Formats: sequence, structure tokens, C-alpha cells
Amino acid sequence: MSELAEFAAFREETRAWLEANCPPEMREPMRDESDACWGGRNAVFKNEAQKLWMERMAERGWTVPDWPKEYGGGGLSPAETKVLRQEMARINARNPLMSFGISMLGPALLKYGSEEQKKRFLPEIARGEIRWCQGYSEPNAGSDLASLQTRCEDKGDHWLVNGQKVWTSYADKADWIFCLVRTDFTAPKHKGISFILFDMATPGVSTKPILLISGSSPFCETFFDDVKVPKDQVVGEVNKGWDVAKYLLGHEREMISGMGLGGQTGSLGEAFADVVAGDPLLRADMARFDVDAMAFRAMSERFIDELKAGMAHPAQPSMMKYAGTELNKARHELVMAAGGSDALEWESDRSKKGKAAREWLRTKANSIEGGTSEIQLGIIAKRILDLPGA
Amino acid sequence: MPLYLTDDQVMLRDTARQLMADEGSIANQLRKYRDMGCSDGFGHGLWKQLAELGFTGIRIGEADGGLGLGHVEAGIVLEEIGRNLTPSPFLVTAVAVVEALTGTPHAQRWFPGILAGDTVAALAVDEGPKHRPETIAMRAERAGNGFRLTGRKQFVVQGASADLIVVAARAPEGVTLFAVEKDARGLEVEGARLVDSSIGARLDFQGVEVDSDAVIGEVGGGDAVLARVLNAGRAGAASEMVGLGSAAMAMTVDYLRQRKQFGKLIGEFQALQHRAAHLYSELEIARSAALKAQQLLDEGSEEAEAMVSVAKAKAGRASTLAGQEGIQMHGGIGMTDEYDIGLYMKRDRALNELFGDPNYHADRLARMKGY
Repeated sequence: MSELAEFAAFREETRAWLEANCPPEMREPMRDESDACWGGRNAVFKNEAQKLWMERMAERGWTVPDWPKEYGGGGLSPAETKVLRQEMARINARNPLMSFGISMLGPALLKYGSEEQKKRFLPEIARGEIRWCQGYSEPNAGSDLASLQTRCEDKGDHWLVNGQKVWTSYADKADWIFCLVRTDFTAPKHKGISFILFDMATPGVSTKPILLISGSSPFCETFFDDVKVPKDQVVGEVNKGWDVAKYLLGHEREMISGMGLGGQTGSLGEAFADVVAGDPLLRADMARFDVDAMAFRAMSERFIDELKAGMAHPAQPSMMKYAGTELNKARHELVMAAGGSDALEWESDRSKKGKAAREWLRTKANSIEGGTSEIQLGIIAKRILDLPGA
Repeated sequence: MPLYLTDDQVMLRDTARQLMADEGSIANQLRKYRDMGCSDGFGHGLWKQLAELGFTGIRIGEADGGLGLGHVEAGIVLEEIGRNLTPSPFLVTAVAVVEALTGTPHAQRWFPGILAGDTVAALAVDEGPKHRPETIAMRAERAGNGFRLTGRKQFVVQGASADLIVVAARAPEGVTLFAVEKDARGLEVEGARLVDSSIGARLDFQGVEVDSDAVIGEVGGGDAVLARVLNAGRAGAASEMVGLGSAAMAMTVDYLRQRKQFGKLIGEFQALQHRAAHLYSELEIARSAALKAQQLLDEGSEEAEAMVSVAKAKAGRASTLAGQEGIQMHGGIGMTDEYDIGLYMKRDRALNELFGDPNYHADRLARMKGY
């Protein structure tokens, strides 16, 4: 009973604080990716409200509510974090800070970083001061990530990095990169990899955006040409970066599986009620989709609850990533079908510059990035179902 | 409330799991009663054992001598029943019918027998080959001190051996539920053996006369009671299918780890690995939906209704996939009666039809969402 009362008090307090501090503009659904707040040295805020919202939440440690307070977090328990998320959802509060630092690097630093690295990097992630990007994939290391070839040599007083990354999300906008590099070319492929951090402003780093089928360029090719990196910027042990990488990939999969909902919690069929009224087969597809989407939402809730309680199977993020991304692709196929020729328009204001089509195209990457659906199915088969084979 | 089982619920699951895996196993129940041609389609001995453990009263309030537990707990037992394809009156009697009688004078009449494992009850709703409770046509006309019931029902699970039949009929005031005893005059019962070896009775009510105190709840108030009963039954059936699908998957994955072709374990082939992993994913999602629906029912949430349909539809499709993939991956031996995998597919077909199939529930969800 006292525990319940404690939560009730926390909920009330949280509700009041959010009510007083979340600007009205930040309670509107995001219209597109450009509405997201990414922070960083060169942060671009769409309006004053967005800046205020990020700063207020950061001040309270609530951009990273479950991180320890000493590293800029809110120090909340899993249950309190859930209450905060529920209360934010209740008023449709936007995520105050989108950040690969929060969703990917932070958890890896908390687990593998030195005390010095935690104190140096985590607070500025929490405050949205440094924007991070992820240097994982290479032209010849996609699904087979561990075959990466970016060279990192020990030059005594510094590391020297040479090579190329690809599909680096927002590399052209990021301040720092967390990067997988090869520090031992003679060891088996998983055992010669290190996890290194460096400033994107370091001489020798260059980026080139890649134009995608959606017409946008969220990904870059990233080149390293004799990049000098200080010795204290390797996370974990040298040549043991694959452990860090795998841990971080788990978090990336969680984030991408969460995108399967994309904050869209309503019924798809309801949104297109007028269209499906004259199209019984589309209505049936929408109804089946709504069943799948609501069931997956329950799965997400259970997964997060189990994760926080330490009960989730370590490979369960693969299942979430697989199911969530496939669901999101299915959603956008249906949105296009419901839109008909209206949804084909690419430039008109009527179509919000081809919003439906561009989003549809974007979703096709969901089941490729962060490990393809086929890679996830392989992981489930081997690690959860214990099926044989390499 | 977190969306996983509490420690107490895990203990209940372990108890139910052990009992069903032993006493309730396919060899000890389904095959045994099937092979002896049992006309009830289930074993009374196990029903008695369930009563001794208190399970038959799982949804009966503590004041009435039951365990007073929730839909989540009923689902836990049903998942284990599903895993072992145990033919049991548990779902219809201890979950659906108990829901109908709770808080009515009928509780005193019938709960002691259910608690003792002596009484079996049935629910008569469907009138055609598909579940359509919105269009119940069976007539309930006023006659003497009560009503005269005329019409046909089918797919009445355990209807051939039930002591009590809860039947939905249309009175002038609207749909009304009646408690009818098995030996009522004018009631013709035909026990029809189904594909899964269970008995789905066809009942012909040829002007069956019942007293007014046979009415459950209010005359014309049957839709509300039926909604509660069907929510309980559907959520429970979803759990039973989750258990069924999980066991079929486990059996199949086990086979993939043993069977060799081309000098390799067939579980090494990516074509099969990916399909097995997809099946796992579907079943996990279905399990989450069923548990969520039961938690919402226990909380009395207004969101429960929609989630129950989601759970029944999702679990139905996942468990169907488990049966179909199970047979295909077993290959030729999957077609033999000797192997159990085919029994899973047969039982799945029956459970999918019970209380509405996935199409019915997807359509129902769409209507609730206004399209």
C-alpha cells in the first residue's frame, strides 16, 4: 500500500510539473522528422518552445530519466520512469531530445566506459550539447559487420584511423562519432575490433550525404584519412570492441522496434474510415493490421517491463526489431493503398511535399538498418530457439 | 501493473504445468478417451482432480468457496491445458458459465457442484456454422409462469454431457440468458464428434418450457451478460491457443534439432530457421495480447473489449501457423496419427471457431474503432 501511495504521489508531482513546464507547442504530434530536436553544438531549434522544453527536461535529468544523477540523469527507478513516460504520453508531450547518444552510446558507456569517460561524455549527452553518430557499417561490412576493415594503428601517443564508413546516420550534422575499427588484423575477425570515440572536427574526417529513394539524405559516407585520436578514447579493452558493439546494437534494435509504433497509437482503419467504407478488401486488410498493431503494442509494453525487471531474453530485442519494423512497413503500404493517386504526389503542397510517399519509402530501410530482418531471424533461431549451425 | 506474471502467478503456472503435463497429457487424456470412443469427450477423473486443487472454482468468489482469482489466472491454467490438448470442461464451465452465473441466484444452485468437480456446464450461443451472437434467433416466448424456448443451437462444447446448459434466446424484450437443466422436456441433444475428438453438441429446443427463475439476470438484459461471458471465454480461448501454439512450436523445433537430411540437421537450413523464428515472434506477440486483455478485464477497463478481440484474433492466427508449420516441418511423419503434431492442428481449428474466428474479431475491432 505504501508503495502504491508513493507512486501516486510521484505521478501527481510529475503531472503537475509537466503541466507547468511542457510548452503547448510541444504537445502537438510531430509532423515529420524535421520536428525532432537533436541538440548538438550547432543545434537548430524550430522555435523557442522546442529549446525551452529540451532545457527544462535536461535540467531535471529527464532527458535520460533512468540514468544516475551524477551523470546528468534523473535517477528514477524503472517504475518511476514508466510513470513519467505514461504522464508524457497522456499530454502527448514530444520527446524533448532525440539522440543516438541517449539511445545507443549512453547505455554502452554506462556498462563499459571508464569512470573518467562517463563523467566526460554522459552529462553532455543528457544536456543535448553533443550530437553523436554511429560508425559501424562499411561498404564491405553490412550484415557481416564483424568483417569491417577500418584500420586503427597504435602510434604510441595516439591512434591513427584510416578507412571508410557508410550509412552513417546524420554524420554531416554530428559532433562526435562512436566507431568500430580494426586494431588487430591477424586475430579472428571478432577479436581484433575496438570501440573508439572521436570528434568529427578532427582533421582527416569528411562526410558525403547519400541521396535515397525517398529524396532525403539522412545517411552519409564517412571517410577517415590519417585521423589522429587521443589514446584515452577507446571504450572498454582494446580488441574487445565487439562486446561493446553487440551490447549497443541491442539498444539500437530496441529503439528501432519502438519506431514500429512511431508514436502512432491510433487505429489505422479509423484514420481512413471514409476510404475503407467503399473498399471492403482494404477495410479487411486495415482491420487485420489493427489487430497486429494492437497486439504488438502489448508486446512492446511487456518487453519493456521485462527488460526493466531483467527478465527479457538477451536476444529478445532481435524479435522486437524484426516484428516492429515489418509492422511499420505494412502500415505504410496500407497508407499508400488508402491514399491512391493522391499519395503519389511528390512535390505539391496538397501532399505536404509528398509526405506519404516519402515516409513509405523511408520505412523500407527499417528492416535493413541495425541488422536486416533476416539477420534478426537468424539470431532468434540460434539464440532463442537453439537451432544448430553457424 | 507490469505486463508479466507476478510471483504468485508463476507458482500457479508451475502447479498447473506439472498437473497438465502429467495427468493432463495427450496420452493420459486426449488419446485415451478418443481411443475408447468416450461419448463425453473428456475424462471426469481429471475434472475431479482440478476441483481438489481448487481450479474449478478459480473464478468463483471466495465467499462462495472459490479461489476468487482473475482472468489472468484462468488464462494461466488454460495455457497449460492448451499445451497438452487436454480435453476439459474448464474453459466453458469454470470460466464462461461461472461468469454468467456470478451474482445471480443460480450461483447457489450450481457453484457447489462445480467446486466439487461433479457438475459440468455448457454454453449454447451459436445457431449456424459461424459464431454470430449479434443475430440470435432462437425464440423465448412467454408461457405460463415462464418461457417456452424454440430453436436450434450448435457447437455446444460438452453439450452432450452437461448438467446445465446456459442458452441465449430472443425474448420480446431482447436477448435473454436461461439456465436449462439437461433433462428438460423437449430438448433433443445430438452429440457430434468433431475433428479434434471433442464433442460439439447440436441442441434442438422443441418448445422447452422453463420457469421464470431460469432467467439469468434480467429479461431482455442478455446482451450485457453475454458480452461479459464471451469476453471471459474469448480471452481464455486465446490463452489456450497460445499454449497450444507454443507446444506445437516446441515439438517442431525439437524435431528440427534431431532430423538429418543431406548429412545435416534440418534445423541448420536457413529456410526452416527463419520460418521457425517468425513463428516464435508471432506466438510471443499473441501471448502478450492475451495477457494484456486479461489484465484489462481484471481491472474492469473499458479498453478490455477491444483487446479481447485483438487477443482472440492474434492468438488464433499464431496458433494456426504453429500447427501448419508443425506438420510441414515434420514432413511425412507429421501426417501420421502416431505423431502428436497433427492433433495440435486439429484442436487449433476447433479453438479458432470457438467464440469467433480471427476474421470475426478483426471485423469486430474495426466496428469498435468506427470503420
